[in-house]
Amino acid sequence: MSGYVRPASLTEALGLLARGPHVLLAGGTDLYPATEGPRLDGAVIDLSGLPELAGIAAGPRGGLVIGACTSWAAIAAAGLPAACDGLRAAAAVVGGRQIQNAGTIGGNLCNASPAADGVPPLLTLAAEVVLAGPRGSRRLPLEAFLAGPRLTRRAPDEILTAVHLPAAALAGRGVFLKLGARAHLVISIVMVAARLAFAGGRVAAAALAVGACSPVARRLPAVEAALVGALPEEAAGRVDRAAVTAALAPLDDVRASAAYRAEAAGELVARAVAGLARAEAGR
Amino acid sequence: MTGLAVAPSLVVNGRPATLRPDRARRLSEALREDLGLTGTKTGCDAGDCGACTVLLDGAPVCACLTPVGRAEGRAVTTVEGPGLAGLRASFLRHGAAQCGICTPGMLMAAAALLAEVPRPEAAAVRAALGGVLCRCTGYGPIVAAVVDAWREAPPAPGPAAGAAVGAAVARVDGVPRLTGAALYGADLWKPGGVVLKAVRSPHPRAAFAFGDLAGWAAARANVACVLTADDIPGENRFGAIPAYADQPALAEREVRHRGEAVALVAFEDDGSPASLAGFPVAWTPLPAILDPAAAASAPPLHPRRPANLLVEGRVRRGDAAAALAVAAHAAAGAMRTGFVEHAPIEPEAGAAWMEGAVLVIRATTQAPVMDRDETARILALSREQVRIIPSAVGGGFGTKLDVSLQPLLGLAVLKLDRPARMTFTRRESMQATTKRHPAAMTARIGCDASGRLAALEFDGQFDTGAYASWGPTVANRVPVHATGPYRIPAVAARARAVHTNNPVAGAFRGFGVPQATLLLETLIDRLAAAAGIDRLAFRRLNALAPGDATATGQLPGAVGIGACLAALQPRWDRAQAEAAAVRAAAGPGLLRGVGVAACWYGCGNTALPNPSTVRIGLTHAGAIVLHQGATEIGQGSDTVIAQIAADALGVPLAALALVGPDTALTPDAGKTSASRQTFVTGRAALAAARALRAAVLRLANAGEGATLLPGADGLRVAEDGRVALLDLAGLQPDAAGYALSATETYDPPTAALDADGQGAPYAVYGWGAQIAEVAVDAALGTVRVLRVTAAHDVGRAINPALARGQIEGGIAQGLGLALMEEYLPGRTENLHDYLIPTTDDMPEVEAILVEVPDPEGPMGAKGLGEHALIPTAPAILNAIRDATGATLAEVPVLPHRLRAAIRAAGGGR
Ligand SMILES: Cc1cc2nc3c(=O)[nH]c(=O)nc-3n(C[C@H](O)[C@H](O)[C@H](O)COP(=O)(O)OP(=O)(O)OC[C@H]3O[C@@H](n4cnc5c(N)ncnc54)[C@H](O)[C@@H]3O)c2cc1C
Ligand code: FES
Ligand code: FES
Repeated sequence: MSGYVRPASLTEALGLLARGPHVLLAGGTDLYPATEGPRLDGAVIDLSGLPELAGIAAGPRGGLVIGACTSWAAIAAAGLPAACDGLRAAAAVVGGRQIQNAGTIGGNLCNASPAADGVPPLLTLAAEVVLAGPRGSRRLPLEAFLAGPRLTRRAPDEILTAVHLPAAALAGRGVFLKLGARAHLVISIVMVAARLAFAGGRVAAAALAVGACSPVARRLPAVEAALVGALPEEAAGRVDRAAVTAALAPLDDVRASAAYRAEAAGELVARAVAGLARAEAGR
Repeated sequence: MTGLAVAPSLVVNGRPATLRPDRARRLSEALREDLGLTGTKTGCDAGDCGACTVLLDGAPVCACLTPVGRAEGRAVTTVEGPGLAGLRASFLRHGAAQCGICTPGMLMAAAALLAEVPRPEAAAVRAALGGVLCRCTGYGPIVAAVVDAWREAPPAPGPAAGAAVGAAVARVDGVPRLTGAALYGADLWKPGGVVLKAVRSPHPRAAFAFGDLAGWAAARANVACVLTADDIPGENRFGAIPAYADQPALAEREVRHRGEAVALVAFEDDGSPASLAGFPVAWTPLPAILDPAAAASAPPLHPRRPANLLVEGRVRRGDAAAALAVAAHAAAGAMRTGFVEHAPIEPEAGAAWMEGAVLVIRATTQAPVMDRDETARILALSREQVRIIPSAVGGGFGTKLDVSLQPLLGLAVLKLDRPARMTFTRRESMQATTKRHPAAMTARIGCDASGRLAALEFDGQFDTGAYASWGPTVANRVPVHATGPYRIPAVAARARAVHTNNPVAGAFRGFGVPQATLLLETLIDRLAAAAGIDRLAFRRLNALAPGDATATGQLPGAVGIGACLAALQPRWDRAQAEAAAVRAAAGPGLLRGVGVAACWYGCGNTALPNPSTVRIGLTHAGAIVLHQGATEIGQGSDTVIAQIAADALGVPLAALALVGPDTALTPDAGKTSASRQTFVTGRAALAAARALRAAVLRLANAGEGATLLPGADGLRVAEDGRVALLDLAGLQPDAAGYALSATETYDPPTAALDADGQGAPYAVYGWGAQIAEVAVDAALGTVRVLRVTAAHDVGRAINPALARGQIEGGIAQGLGLALMEEYLPGRTENLHDYLIPTTDDMPEVEAILVEVPDPEGPMGAKGLGEHALIPTAPAILNAIRDATGATLAEVPVLPHRLRAAIRAAGGGR
C-alpha cells in the first residue's frame, strides 16, 4: 500500500487508521532520514493538518497541554513558566533551525530514541501523553508510554494527540544540559534535565532525569529525595553521584564509553542542580 | 482531505508551480526533478548537511525531509529566488563560497535570519547556520559575509594589467556558485536515459553468486538491464598509480571490502521507483582481515603482495639508534589514528552519453585525464573515444582523485546506447570511496644537552584497506616528512602500507603526513619539557635553515619555517600570558592551554614526474583564451592560474576567456592533488603566457616593454606612444585553430630516492606553524578550541584571500581529525554518526601569510592546499596536554578518551 493523505480532522485520521496500518507522519525528521529512496513508502497519514494536535494551551486545573504536532521552534519561542525552561532549552538544541521548524514533540516521543532530547525535561515535568484511538482516548504517564528503545505503548490504531503537564509540576525552574561531541546537530552522549521548586528558602520539590544512559531516559528518585530540604548553597553538594550512576544502565557506543557516560551523568546532574540553586539564590 | 490525483500546486520563488502528484516525495526531489531547480543541493537526504535548505513560508526547512504534500498551497523560496542580492554580493566579497555546494543552504538559512535580524551579531549567525555543514571554508568567511550582508559595497574594480598576482581578487568562478546556476555532478543529465544503482556488499569479505538476473530484470518494468563484471569489455582494473592498479569496477567472484559494488542496475529515468529489493545475489561471508596488525600473518588479499604488504617506504640517514643511545634527552611514544572520511558535501555524481562515437562522461572529479585513461581501459576504448568533462565539484580533498562512477556510467551507456546518470547516496559515498589511512605509529626522538635534535626513529603502519589506491604514495611520503621541518642528523623512518578488508584508504589532504606529524609534534613537546626549553624556542632552535640538508639529503630551494615560527613568537608570548592569567584567576574545572606545531610539505608527486600543460590561444578576433585543465575543487585554481597567466601576458585578468577543464579542450594539467596546481600548473601557465606574449610582440614587431591592450574589437599593442591594432584575420590557423597560441609544459625537477630514501623528492616545499589555544572542561573531557593562529609560508600569495580560505578550511579539517572524526565501517556511514565540525566548533582563526619566494615556483609561489591541516591537530593535542597534563596517544580525542587520559595523568576526582 502506498499513498499520502492529509486529513483535516482527528476523527477522519482515526477513521483512516482504523482501516489498517499506516505511517503516521508529523515533522518527518525521523521518518525521512530512515528512508533511502526519494519518497516515504507506505500508506502515509500526514498529521500536520489536524487542528486537534496543534498549539500550546492552558489545560484543566492549571496544567498545560502541548499538541503533539507542536514544533520545537514553537516550543522554544513559547511563553511558558520557568519550570519549562529545560524543555525550551532542549527545544533549541534539537538539530538545527531546520529540524526545529519541522520536528515535533509528538514525533520525538513516538520515535522513542534513548537519546531523544525531549524526554528528560518532560519527565521532570511529570508529563502525561494522550492517545486517541477507536476506543476513545486514554492518558499515560510518559514513563509508562516509553517501553524501550524505539518502543512505545501506542497501539497501531492510536494517535498521540497531546502532552499534558500537570499544574503541580509547573512549579519552580527547569534546566537542560546536553553533552555531545560537537556544537550543533549532535546526538547527545548524555543529557540531563532538572527542576527544583523552592519554598521557604529550601528545596521543596526536585525532579531530575537523565537521557542516553539507559534504554529509556530515567528519573532519579533517590537523588531527588536527598535534595528536598536543602538550602540553595547545599543543593549541589547533596547530589550523590554514586546514586546517579546506580540508577542508570549506560552502554558503550561510537559516541562514548559506558563508564564515561555514568561519570558524566553525575557531573551534569550536579551542575544542573548547582545552576538552579544559584538562580534561586540570586533571585 | 487532499485528493491524490490532482497535481499539487504551490508558489515557488514567487511564481505558481505544480509538481508531480506524489505527495510523500521529498520536496528536494520535486524541486530538482520536476521544476529543474537544481540550485537546491542534496548531500545526505537525512537532514544532516542542510545543503537542501529552502524557505517554507519564510521558515528554513530541509527540503529533503519535507513531503511535497506539506508544501502544497504554500510559498517555497530557493537559492534561485529573489531577495538574495545583498547576501550574494557579500558572500563573493568575503570568499564565503569555496566549492559552493553548501552555499545554497547557507544563503537560505542566512536569508531567514536576516529577515528577522537585519544586522545580526556573529554569534547569532553561527547559531542560525548551525544546521548547514561546510567542509571547505571553516565557516569564518561565511559568518563574516552574513554579518556584513547589510552593507552596500560597490563591486571592487578588477586589478590593472600586471597587478593580478598578489591581489585578493574575487573568484572568477564565484557568481554561478551563489545563484544556484553552477552545475555539479548531479545537476545535469540527458532526458530519456537510465538511472544507475549499484548493488554493494554488506560484508567486508565475501564470495558471491548471482541468481536469475534476467528473470529479476524481466519481472520489473522499469529495469533496462543488469550489468556485472562479465559485461566489462576491457581490463576490469583501475588504480591511481598504474603499476599498482588492482581495483575492479565491479567485483569478480569475491568482494574485499564492505560497500564494494558487484552489479549495476539501470532503471528507466522516468521517476518510477528504483528499488534493488530482492536483487538475486547470494553472499558467502569469508574470514576478513580487519586488524592491520594481523595482516602480515593472514593470507594475502592480492596474490603478488605477500604478508599483505603493499609498499614500504624508508628514509635512513646516519645511525639513529646509536645517536639515541647517547642523547642527553629522549622521548618515546605511540599514536593511533582512525579512518577519516573526506565528507565532501557533494557525493559522487555524474551523467554520461554518446556524442557520435565519443563517450562523454560529465562527473565530479579531481583528475579528469586519469578518469579518461582508466575508463577507456576498462571499457576497451581508445583514449580519443572517451571525453571527461568535470562538473562543478562540490568538495574533493583527495577522495575524487580515484575513479568512482565513471566506468559504471560508461558501461551502461555503451551497453544500452542511451544516456545514463548516477548519484551515490551518502551511505554509498561513505562505504565505497577512499578514506584517510588509519595509522599505528611509534617513534623515539632525542636531543643533546643544549636541546639540539640528534636523532629520530619512526615506524608507522598504515591500513591501506582492500586496494592500492594511493597507499604507495602515503608509504613513500611519510618517511620523507617524518622529521618535520627540523634539522635531525640521524634518522631511521619507515612506513608500511598494509592491506586489510577495511575501506580503501587513499588520498586525503596530506597523504599520511598529518598522522605522522601528530606523533612527531607531540613528542617534541615532551622533549622540550625534558630539556627545559620553551616549546616554541625549542622548535625555533631546531628549524631547518637555508643550507641545512633534509633527511633525504636535499637542500630545499627556499626554507620558510624559521620565518613562520618567528611570526608566531609575539602571538605565543601573548597566548602564554593570557593562559597563565586565566589559570591564576579561575578555579579548578575549566582549564586553559596553549600548543604549537609545525609542518613542511613537498608539493607535487614524490620523486615522480607530474607534468602540467597549459595552452593559451589568441583568436583571429583578438580574444585571449586560457585552456586550463586543472580541476577547480573549491581551492581556487581557476582564479589563481588565470592571475598568473594574466600578469605574465601583461593583460588585465578580465581579458582572459577561460576554457576547461575538459579532456577534449584542455591539455593535461594533471591531478588536483599534492598541493601541486598553483605550483606546477602555475609554472606551465607562466611559460605559456610568456611564450604567447613573445609571439604577439614578434608579430607586432614590438619590444619587450610594449603594452598589450585587449579590447572588444581586437588586440592592440602600444609602444612609445604608438598604438596599433594587430591584424590577425589573415593568419593561417595554427594546429590548435588559433591565430597564435602557445602550449607549454612544466614538470618539477626531482631526483629519485635510493634504497635509503636519499634523493630530492620534491622541487618545492611549503612550510607552516600554528598555535592552538584551548579551554578544557576537565570533569567532562570536552575541549573548546578558542583560537588558532596559523603562519604559512606560501612563497608568494598569488591570491591572499584564497590562500587564507585554504588555511581556514584546513584548520577545520585538522580540528575534526583531532577532536571528532572517526569512520567506523557499518557504524558511522552517515553524517550524524560521522561528525564534522559545525559553525560553533570553529575557533577564531588568524592566518598569517609568510612569503619566502621559491626560485622554482611561479612568481615564487608554493603550494598550500594540504599544509594548512597538518599542524592543527598536533597543536590542539599539545594545547590539551598543556592544560591538563594528559598525554594523548589516540585521535580523535573524544570526551571519554580525554577523560580517561586526564584520570591517568592524576586529574581524576
Ligand atoms: C539532523 C537531525 C538532527 C536531529 N537532532 C536531534 C536532537 O538533537 N535531539 C533529538 O531528540 N532528536 C533529534 N533529531 C530527531 C528528530 O528531529 C526528533 O526526534 C523530532 O522531534 C521528531 O519529530 P517529527 O515530527 O519530525 O517526527 P516524524 O519523523 O514525523 O515521526 C517520528 C515517529 O513518530 C511517529 N509519530 C509522529 N507523530 C506521531 C503522533 N502524533 N502519533 C503517533 N505517532 C507519531 C511517526 O510515525 C514516526 O514513527 C534530529 C533529526 C535530524 C534529522
Ligand atoms: S540533503 Fe537535506 S539535509 Fe542533507
Ligand atoms: S564551500 Fe562549503 S562545502 Fe564547499
